[in-house]
Amino acid sequence: MSLIDLEKSFQEKIDKEIKIEPKDWMPDAYRKTNIRQISQHAHSEIVGMLPEGNWISRAPSLKRKAILIAKVQDEAGHGLYLYSAAETLGISRDQMMNDLNSGKAKYSSIFNYPTLTWADMGAVGWLVDGAAILNQVMLCRTSYGPYARAMVRICKEESFHQRQGFETLLVLSKGTKEQREMCQDAINRWWWPSLMMFGPKDSESTNSDQSIKWKIKRKTNDELRQQFVNMIAEQIKLLGMTLPDPDLKWNEKRNQYDFGEINWEEFWNVVKGNGPCNKQRLAARNKAHDEGAWVRAAAIAYADKKKNKTTHKAA
Amino acid sequence: MNINIRKFYYGDIPEENNVTSLSQNSKTEKEWPLWEVFIRSKQGLDHKHAGSVHAADAQMAIENARDVYTRRQEGISIWVVESKHIHASNPEDADMFYEPASDKVYRHPTFYDLPDEIKHM
Repeated sequence: MSLIDLEKSFQEKIDKEIKIEPKDWMPDAYRKTNIRQISQHAHSEIVGMLPEGNWISRAPSLKRKAILIAKVQDEAGHGLYLYSAAETLGISRDQMMNDLNSGKAKYSSIFNYPTLTWADMGAVGWLVDGAAILNQVMLCRTSYGPYARAMVRICKEESFHQRQGFETLLVLSKGTKEQREMCQDAINRWWWPSLMMFGPKDSESTNSDQSIKWKIKRKTNDELRQQFVNMIAEQIKLLGMTLPDPDLKWNEKRNQYDFGEINWEEFWNVVKGNGPCNKQRLAARNKAHDEGAWVRAAAIAYADKKKNKTTHKAA
Repeated sequence: MNINIRKFYYGDIPEENNVTSLSQNSKTEKEWPLWEVFIRSKQGLDHKHAGSVHAADAQMAIENARDVYTRRQEGISIWVVESKHIHASNPEDADMFYEPASDKVYRHPTFYDLPDEIKHM
């Protein structure tokens, strides 16, 4: 079959909602886009452990500590599901790790913000995981089979993350004056970065939307962002707190919430590596990787030794 | 083929020079082999493919699979097999390969037209 025929039959499969599987023919750009998106998604889960790991030793109770550990373990698991999905496209795990640790690969900018108080654990769960879930629910129907299956698994586990976050804030919102202030302060700091998680405005991109055509994505950034605002603007009422946006108000005509303009300069700055914690996050990743090198080498040496023993016996 | 994808999303930020590398690992560290993981969710059901893990040996692969794929009691039994030992049919041959079954509708019970009065069949 010629390349044009292959591309045509590939697109027909996509249009008929037939999933693409690892050994199927696919255009190079489809492979590359998926590798980039899945690996960045995986990196986001891995780096996402750091801002929360910061609070494990300082959680206010044993219950909260156990919950936080479970959440961070889930994130490690989610990273691993995604790395293994990316590997089916022909990139190696080590390559992805190197790209993350060298700073070549990107991850979600949200994790370059610091977690300053305990209330941040609530705000991260409610807002950051809440934003991620909208993206992830959509990705359960993405066209690449291994990615879609990983997302289904992740979504099942993710809703605990968001619920525990909201509950953490709910408890604070009913607490002392200081606790309520801490709750509001965390919401104020995490609201705008959460909106930025959905990426640049649809109008910012000039080229044809290949990712939608290939059904890697099924909703645009702005659609997902609007969905998020509508959801959170209602949920916050139960906390008795406010969102830090004077322009946020219900629009009868649109049947949606209107909201203010995002600070895109800040967004691009953090993407380019100048966020509050970019350097710290990469340094922590590299430290963990480097300090684990001898463990990885020892495990390989031990496995080789055992293998040699069994072959000797067999001989 | 050179489609330039400029649009990007959360979880899909373009690389600096818009190139995703497929080149091999530059460092010399030896990678742990890849293992495919199959999990039996409860007694009486088949093992089902769950995903894959990296591990130095089979024992470690089983333990890693437990941590990665059964954090919420999803399994009571795990199989692991090194990915390099899996052989698969070729999707490009699928039409030809599965063709022999496609014209044998008589293998299905619904092929047979029987009177409605007949019971227990």
